[in-house]
Amino acid sequence: MIRIENLHKSYPIGKDKLHVLKGINLHIKEGEFVAIMGSSGSGKSTLLNIVGLLDSHDEGEYYLNGLKIENLNEKKAANLRNKFLGFVFQSFNLISYKTALENVALPLYYSGLGRKERTERALLYLEKVGLKDWANHLPNELSGGQKQRVAIARALVTKPKVVLADEPTGALDSTTTDSVMELLKEINDEGMTVFVITHEEEVAEQTKRIVRLKDGQITSDELTKQSNKVHQNV
Amino acid sequence: MFDIDRWREIFQSISKNKLRSFMSGFTVAFAIILFTLLFGIVNGLSNSFEDVFADDAQNAVFVRTFKTSKPYRGYKAGRRIYLKNEDIDFLQENFSDKIDFLTPRIYKNFNISRGAENDNYSVVGVFPSHQTLEKTVMIAGRYLNNNDLNNVSKHIVIGDKLKEDLFETGQKAIGQYLNVGGLAYKVVGVFTDEGNDRERRKAFIPSTTAQKVYGNTDVVNEINLGYNKSLSLSQAVAFGNKVERTLKDRLNIDPDDQNALFVNNRAEANKNINTLTSSLYFIVLFIGIGTLIAGVIGISNIMIFVVKERTKELGIRKALGASPNSIKMMVIQESVFITALAGYVGLLIGEWILSNIGDSLEDYFIKDPSVSTPIVIGATITLIVCGSIAGYMPASRAARIKPIVALRAD
Repeated sequence: MIRIENLHKSYPIGKDKLHVLKGINLHIKEGEFVAIMGSSGSGKSTLLNIVGLLDSHDEGEYYLNGLKIENLNEKKAANLRNKFLGFVFQSFNLISYKTALENVALPLYYSGLGRKERTERALLYLEKVGLKDWANHLPNELSGGQKQRVAIARALVTKPKVVLADEPTGALDSTTTDSVMELLKEINDEGMTVFVITHEEEVAEQTKRIVRLKDGQITSDELTKQSNKVHQNV
Repeated sequence: MFDIDRWREIFQSISKNKLRSFMSGFTVAFAIILFTLLFGIVNGLSNSFEDVFADDAQNAVFVRTFKTSKPYRGYKAGRRIYLKNEDIDFLQENFSDKIDFLTPRIYKNFNISRGAENDNYSVVGVFPSHQTLEKTVMIAGRYLNNNDLNNVSKHIVIGDKLKEDLFETGQKAIGQYLNVGGLAYKVVGVFTDEGNDRERRKAFIPSTTAQKVYGNTDVVNEINLGYNKSLSLSQAVAFGNKVERTLKDRLNIDPDDQNALFVNNRAEANKNINTLTSSLYFIVLFIGIGTLIAGVIGISNIMIFVVKERTKELGIRKALGASPNSIKMMVIQESVFITALAGYVGLLIGEWILSNIGDSLEDYFIKDPSVSTPIVIGATITLIVCGSIAGYMPASRAARIKPIVALRAD
């Protein structure tokens, strides 16, 4: 699903360059549940931005769903994001003047779906995250956990290939963290590839594979107990 | 442009952010109100100018004579100058290409009676072309014609008020005879005039009759002519000056004598009025465009602020798959919509105020102030263009927002 080979990225800082990613090699297959861990400045957000087509890489190769990503213009990137990727952010990033339902339906507007179909599908996904009754509420009428569930519904509504979650539990307390992680697990169980960035061990432990980043390089890449469990179940 | 969903997005964004939208629209609405009011008032002014002169043909030139004030060519000062038939012929021959029509005026005062009804009325001896000069409108019968002139007919054309004086309501005047200063004249026509009642109590007879029957002279009181309408205003003014010079020379009047001969040229008044109204329009256009530009800059500023405020939202939209172009069009359309709506509201308010003013400012020479449809259409187009301009820069900025940067901004 995601194949990254020898990926480099640096940012110009004045005359100097800050070398953030120094040759990343990562291969994520369909249906995996991966956590990227690292302290701040390790390059994990940059990696997510590149994987999420929000930023471009300097060197190396990146294949998304078998498609080589290079020289994307903004329009094309927007189109691919809409089609293949679902985003979940730490600060939810819901549009404040739109109801939960409208927020969830928004990506479908950009896929060019009709209004009726958008509403139906958005409602279906709100039901999936257990917030059907909250469909007509504005984000500021929802709790943090509910907001993140709406955001997850929004990420899923376009039926993407990969869900990218950037510190999805960073702004939540431990109870809601668990419920959000539970939801992500469910999604993964249904076959969705989920890619989580976090610095919390407890969160990472609930995924199936942990990739640790330090100073722009991968220091370890191992499967967790969770993945064994699943394998045992199978 | 006609994507219903995008309009829905725009309406939502406008209605959920009312204060912001109101502030953006306010400056434009205000600019348009000012523009409409100013334009309407200038229109009102030019309406009253036109009204003042609506009575006579726009190309009229009046030649009148009085006493000389300076001695010239052996003649003493204080000599009474008379215009004669030969002067009419002279003008006709020398300026035939510049003159549309020409008529003398011979002023008489007669007691006109019919049965017991009688009164004193002003009777003017004229050529048939006098009808064109005075813009006389016939309501019954005909005006004087060349036959009347050549046959020295005792035919008379009377004003509708005069007819009312002498005839009973509903009675036909055409073909009836009137006693005009002791002679019987046949009524051939009844006219009305846009001028005042005095004009409508006048009567016209052929100039030949006026001269031959009463003392057999060839003197006329006034020569009135209409200059060729294809002349420009400055050409017409030059023509009037030339008529004055030639006649003064012909009648032995000192060229510097300001009293003996008057040439009253409508072209001069027209030129002055034209200069005045066009400079007024220019000022209004200048102020109007100025206020509009201020309004557009205002709205552009607010849109920049709006885009900044919406950075995060636009970033989210982009992350979810909005193309830069769709963001750009959304911002531009929102701006166009607000500008056009606010401008239209301004226009309506302006027109409403103008229609309420109506004729109440007539004492100040402002009559029926209003704006015409082409102006309204022009203003609407200007608004849409201005809205696009106001929206374009902020929209381009919005389109360039990088989702990562936008989403980082908490």
